[in-house]
Amino acid sequence: MKKSFRLVGLDCANCAAKMENAIAKIPEVKKVTVSFMTTRMTIEANEEDMPDIIEKATQIIKKYEPDVEVKRG
Amino acid sequence: MSSQKKQLIRIIAAAVFFAAGIVVKQFSADISFIIFLVSLVIGGADVFISAVKNIFKGQVFDENFLMSIAAVGAFIIGECPEGAAVMLFYQVGELFQDYAVDKSRKSVSSLMDIRPDFANVKHGEEISKEDPYDVQVGDTIVIKPGERVPLDAVITSGFTTLDTSSLTGESLPREKEEGDEILSGSINLSGLIEARVTKEYEQSTVSKILDLVENAADSKATSESFITRFAKYYTPAVVIAAVLLAFVPPIFAGFSSLSDWVYRALTFLVISCPCALVISVPLSFFSGIGASSKNGVLVKGSNHLEQLAKAKTVVFDKTGTLTKGVFKVSRLVTNNCSESELLETAAYIESCSNHPISVSVTEEYGKEIDKSRISDCEEKAGHGVTARIDGKVCAAGNLKLMRSLNIEADETATGTAVHVSRDGKYLGYILIEDEIKPDAETAIEKLKALGIKKTVMLTGDSKTIAEKVAEKTGIDEFHAELLPADKVSKTEEMIKSEKKNEKLVFVGDGINDAPVLALSDIGIAMGGLGSDAAIEASDIVIMTDEPSKISTAIKISAKTLRIVKQNIFFALFVKFAVLILGALGIAHMWAAVFADVGVSVIAILNALRILGYKE
Repeated sequence: MKKSFRLVGLDCANCAAKMENAIAKIPEVKKVTVSFMTTRMTIEANEEDMPDIIEKATQIIKKYEPDVEVKRG
Repeated sequence: MSSQKKQLIRIIAAAVFFAAGIVVKQFSADISFIIFLVSLVIGGADVFISAVKNIFKGQVFDENFLMSIAAVGAFIIGECPEGAAVMLFYQVGELFQDYAVDKSRKSVSSLMDIRPDFANVKHGEEISKEDPYDVQVGDTIVIKPGERVPLDAVITSGFTTLDTSSLTGESLPREKEEGDEILSGSINLSGLIEARVTKEYEQSTVSKILDLVENAADSKATSESFITRFAKYYTPAVVIAAVLLAFVPPIFAGFSSLSDWVYRALTFLVISCPCALVISVPLSFFSGIGASSKNGVLVKGSNHLEQLAKAKTVVFDKTGTLTKGVFKVSRLVTNNCSESELLETAAYIESCSNHPISVSVTEEYGKEIDKSRISDCEEKAGHGVTARIDGKVCAAGNLKLMRSLNIEADETATGTAVHVSRDGKYLGYILIEDEIKPDAETAIEKLKALGIKKTVMLTGDSKTIAEKVAEKTGIDEFHAELLPADKVSKTEEMIKSEKKNEKLVFVGDGINDAPVLALSDIGIAMGGLGSDAAIEASDIVIMTDEPSKISTAIKISAKTLRIVKQNIFFALFVKFAVLILGALGIAHMWAAVFADVGVSVIAILNALRILGYKE
């Protein structure tokens, strides 16, 4: 399944790229794209793994840009 | 107050102190030191704080940290004005980048403004404001002048003009009346109308477009991925080089020169952030996609823009792409009977079928069909229709049908002909034509002017028709009487014989075009009348079904790629030049920051130029 999120306050293009790479390393993630321009993050994974992935991804995001709010959308 | 405004005030304050420091330096070095320090603290507070926070998270090559070292390092070796200037210019650059990114995000999200917030649903005599998501197919909605059409619908009462520019890029308002289809996302201009909803919100045109545009930024172009990988290695490489530059030469040249080499190393740190590249490349593609949308061309990903710029061959499907896909009776050729007899008989037979050709015959007849006169309807795929009219065995179809019934038909008939027989007697034939789109000829002209090497047309229609269309439009090559599988194999052939950097574009609309659209380098679908399967399989959708928009799309992609290349070369050139000059001790720190910021600013402005594309 695919789930999309808005990263509100995403300011740094380099950070977006680093986030994408780091989240892609999570084993259950099939595909992830973080678009700096639209502030959208799309993750593709199995439905059961999603909640766990979302938690890990949020931690990664906070690590690179602590001011970013992860919202559904 | 917005965070950008706060930042601007901080920068101005820091700049004032900086200027004061320069003046005071003439008189007292000590006091100016304090003033520069104040400037540094005001200008760099957020940078220092972020740097510290990020170190604790294990991020060493963070630009905040590196900038802080550069600025503080400058102070330590006694270059106070430089330290303050570095921080000041860096912040200015960052602010400008934020502003530019904001601006381009907003301009594409103004496209998102086509999202309707509500629908006026009529229940009996009452009208209630509802969420478009909740409205059902078949509900009646009321749209007042000035409001946005919330859902795809058919007008049931009233007439008006609609502004479809946000969907198609066309600024000319369209007149719509009872029975006309109206699309969600368009703006109702003049009249009050009532309409019956035909699609749920999630299936509506506006929903689909929003989806496409939002998802477009996810498919990255190869240049984007290249820049991201480059950035990953660039920063650590420059930092390591800086450390080496600071400490290795003094070992040979003596420790008295340490501060000199440290200064040069700090210059390196200043240019260690590849921000100009990392922002300007995605920004360019984003602007390219935005510019295309404004012109009624939806591009589903940055990678398609990249590919389209390399297009050298364009293959067209005929019906629905170069032609309107609407069949019309053009001529009646009789054989021992009157034209009205021929038409009436044909119409009665064809009323048995829903095939577009059959429909065109009954439409040309125009009068009401008395069903009681018809019996034993039979449709034979690939042949035509047979039926009993007034008890007599009649047939309408192609030569194959006539031969199978042993009826001598006029074999000289060229083009799409419906031969008609009644009671074993040949009545004549009706010529059906499909209108060529008014801009088809210009479309091919424009493509050739752009440097497209070969234009090809593939169709299942007859050779004579294909020849006529090819001649009228100026297409180089055509293949007719193809089965859907033939279209696929022909396209595969052409793709195999392509040169390495030359791409093939296929333009189509029908369900049977979907496989070819999927396998071509770039698949373009007609978005208005096109089938959902084609739109789904394609990479680019032309909202107005005008083939001339293909050249628009190619021009925008070419412009985008050009600007991306310009930015990459320019940024890399300046960065490496400054690195070399810095290592040699020729470039000052503040000059390095200035150059870096300058490059960012220019790259971003250059990328925004794409948004201003006009035909």
